[in-house]
Amino acid sequence: MPQRRKKIIIIGGGLAGLSAAMKLCERNADVVIVSFQNLKRSHSVCAQGGINAAVDAKNEGDTPEKHFYDTIKGGDFLAHQPLVRDMCHQAPAIIHLLDRIGVAFNRTEEGRLAFRRFGGTLYSRTAFAGATTGQQLVYSLDEQVRRYEHDGMVERLEWHEYLSAIIDEEGICRGAVLQDLRTNKIFSVKGDAVILATGGPGQVYVRSTNSVVNTGAAATTAYLQGAKYGNGEFIQIHPTAIPGQDKLRLMSESARGEGGRVWVPRKAGDNRDPMKIPESERYYFLEENYPLYGNLVPRDVASREIYEVVYSKSMGIGGEPMVYLDLTHKSEEYLQDRLGGILDIYRKFTGVDPKKVPMRIFPAVHYSMGGLWTDYQRDSAGFIDHGSPRNQSTSIPGLYAAGEADYQYHGANRLGANSLLSCIYTGLMMSRAVINFSDNLKKSYTDVSSTVFDQAESQWVSRFKEIKQMNGSENPYKLHKELGDAMMAGALIVRDNKTLEKTIASIKDIEVRFKDVKCVDTSNWANPVPSFINQLSCMIELSKIIAKGALLRDEFRGAHFKPEFDLNQPKNFDPYEYIDYLERKENREELSNYPEGHLEYMQKFEENNKKWLKSTIAEYKNNEPEISYEDIDTSILTPRPRKYD
Amino acid sequence: MSTHKSVRLTVKRQNAPSAESYWESFDIPWKPHANIISCLQDIQCRPVTAEGKEVNPVAWDCNCLEEVCGSCTMVINGKVRQACTALIDQLELPIYLEPMSKFPTQRDLQVDRSRIFENLKKVKAWVPIDGTHDQGEGPVISDQTRAQRYVLSECMSCGCCLEACPQFSLDNKFMGAATFSQVRLFNLHPTGAMHTEERLEAVMGEGGITDCGNAQVCVEVCPKNIPLTESIADIGRQTTLQAIKNIFQK
Repeated sequence: MPQRRKKIIIIGGGLAGLSAAMKLCERNADVVIVSFQNLKRSHSVCAQGGINAAVDAKNEGDTPEKHFYDTIKGGDFLAHQPLVRDMCHQAPAIIHLLDRIGVAFNRTEEGRLAFRRFGGTLYSRTAFAGATTGQQLVYSLDEQVRRYEHDGMVERLEWHEYLSAIIDEEGICRGAVLQDLRTNKIFSVKGDAVILATGGPGQVYVRSTNSVVNTGAAATTAYLQGAKYGNGEFIQIHPTAIPGQDKLRLMSESARGEGGRVWVPRKAGDNRDPMKIPESERYYFLEENYPLYGNLVPRDVASREIYEVVYSKSMGIGGEPMVYLDLTHKSEEYLQDRLGGILDIYRKFTGVDPKKVPMRIFPAVHYSMGGLWTDYQRDSAGFIDHGSPRNQSTSIPGLYAAGEADYQYHGANRLGANSLLSCIYTGLMMSRAVINFSDNLKKSYTDVSSTVFDQAESQWVSRFKEIKQMNGSENPYKLHKELGDAMMAGALIVRDNKTLEKTIASIKDIEVRFKDVKCVDTSNWANPVPSFINQLSCMIELSKIIAKGALLRDEFRGAHFKPEFDLNQPKNFDPYEYIDYLERKENREELSNYPEGHLEYMQKFEENNKKWLKSTIAEYKNNEPEISYEDIDTSILTPRPRKYD
Repeated sequence: MSTHKSVRLTVKRQNAPSAESYWESFDIPWKPHANIISCLQDIQCRPVTAEGKEVNPVAWDCNCLEEVCGSCTMVINGKVRQACTALIDQLELPIYLEPMSKFPTQRDLQVDRSRIFENLKKVKAWVPIDGTHDQGEGPVISDQTRAQRYVLSECMSCGCCLEACPQFSLDNKFMGAATFSQVRLFNLHPTGAMHTEERLEAVMGEGGITDCGNAQVCVEVCPKNIPLTESIADIGRQTTLQAIKNIFQK
């Protein structure tokens, strides 16, 4: 009997969703791809600087192992090592694939791929298409998916919203409940598996570098349905963004990769035109404090330094919380070719030409390292078993996650240009897992009782009916802004437990007030308000995961900075001392001759890792996130203190 | 200080595709760096017209808010453009907002642009590859060709050029500049060029390149400064050559 073709439902049309769709079609599956808007408009288009792969095009001695080390170290050792290693080793093949499908990557004189530098590494490892790399990758992958659509293998459900997974009595995901955003009809689709490639949750903070659709609602719904959520408190604050009313627009790390320098006037309150301030009166604080990495320290480090300069030292430009990002020493032609896209954005939104005047920038919420907990299988040699149905599976069988929506590639801090890589890597690698999962099932979705689907559907029909009947006094959009304010106040660059407790209290207050929301539009055609109210309730739940995870984690790791628990690394410390310390300990040798204070620091570091080098796991219990901790696979690289100077 | 200033937005509204349109005005407090998006967000927070009437918030499409996704295209003070880069301080007051007129209105400022994407399918706007498995490096391409392709590849399918085009209408089949420019993009790629003929044939029929009236407004409204008229001229040449070839070969 010929085997029935698999039917896979992909939620989200960004890089992860498109990669998964392309690969699954190639494996002869039928794909339904669901998106709020046309796939071309997904948030991945906002990625600017590039995508990492250790191709070593400049003969600097770069290798995938070094990429792996930089990624693990950049993430403060909180990522699962076998997976990250696999990703870094696949990266060159991914870049070549992207090149083959027509991405307009910048080229060398010989016509091969050009690479530039990015944060957290000393190698030129980042392939790029001007400064709109994410957009270019989305388009090329979208074109490949369109090709399969042309051949009848892809059904695009654009202008549709995912509401929840459909889970049968055995706990297996059998499909999804969707809403048509034009007719506002709610219906179910059946499938062999559902992939959530739904991106990050920046809208929980309201103003961030994220797009409007990045509410995290799909991942949160999975959590509410019983899926585990991992490392929620690890939110990346990008050091360089352009302030705005509706959005904090990203100014790519590639601006620094191409030579951009961050500075403030040495004298606080120096209001001179920046071009008139001589070199000697400028404080290039990243270059001075981190001579080795300079302006290209990882994002968590750069954001903390800017925070320190602006708030603790009050040295922000004109007393405002802003610093200069300066490219004016580069030629205009060079800048237009390499960074044109983002410099145009700056000019359009500020009216100032960054080729002539230094940009004024400030850190902004950018990326969630955390997300839905996902599984993986390593074989006996420590490599990833690519055929295992466990790869990228959430804790609900049949429900998969990929891209920013998952949690395990970036640890406590993501390196620039690694997000495009992890999105595409997960999208591609999970295809075998998904197919094998459905092959192994005893019963296919076609044999599942129709009441399972009807019930899920009717639950959502009544939920939306209830939402439409909400007739209180709170405007949902205003309440959302207040949620953002609460999160900005407590769960940003610098965290402390008192403020986090206040944030949690504010979230509770918002949760109570949510019951008094008014559905400000009750019409039945293309009505976005009930959807938004549902998303808002998800964002409230997600903010609890972030805030509670942050409150309970009493340490300083990557993007999670609690000064109270800073182990204060000695200035002249060398991370290899720590490796030496561990070896001596294991050999029962004497622990002496370390510079003053170093032994105490290393002992504290080791103790802290025993307690905290673990993934945070949130599970939905009694209307609250219940937090527990899981071990991480650190079998390849010994966790050690980070250092970038 | 100009904190007391308010901004008046007059919006063309429509409740459903077949419903009659009507106008409503909103007064919004002025804020620094405000754009059309932030004003529409302010209406969501307080959906009350200038006359004090409580109404449904205005529906519009948007996503990235930094002019790379193409979603928030609308007609602002008579000119088609993205709402995110339309800064209030640079606009004449009162501000008039209308949906694009060349695509079916769904609701308020939302339109259905599926036609653009259907056209991309017709012209096979993709690079045909053998498979996604590792086949080594891609073709060598000069940086000059890359630069030429990159500019074309920045097309967001936003619809500005089609809205402005006198030839493109709600009820005809004209493909428009955006589509022709994509044909050029893929014909410029060494692998994509293998399907040059199919792409050219697709723009040689009804609604194709010969229907272009050469009004040249497309290039003026393109937010990404894509050289659309060059693309049209180039595809015109390519199709002419193809037509001659067809005479001798078919």
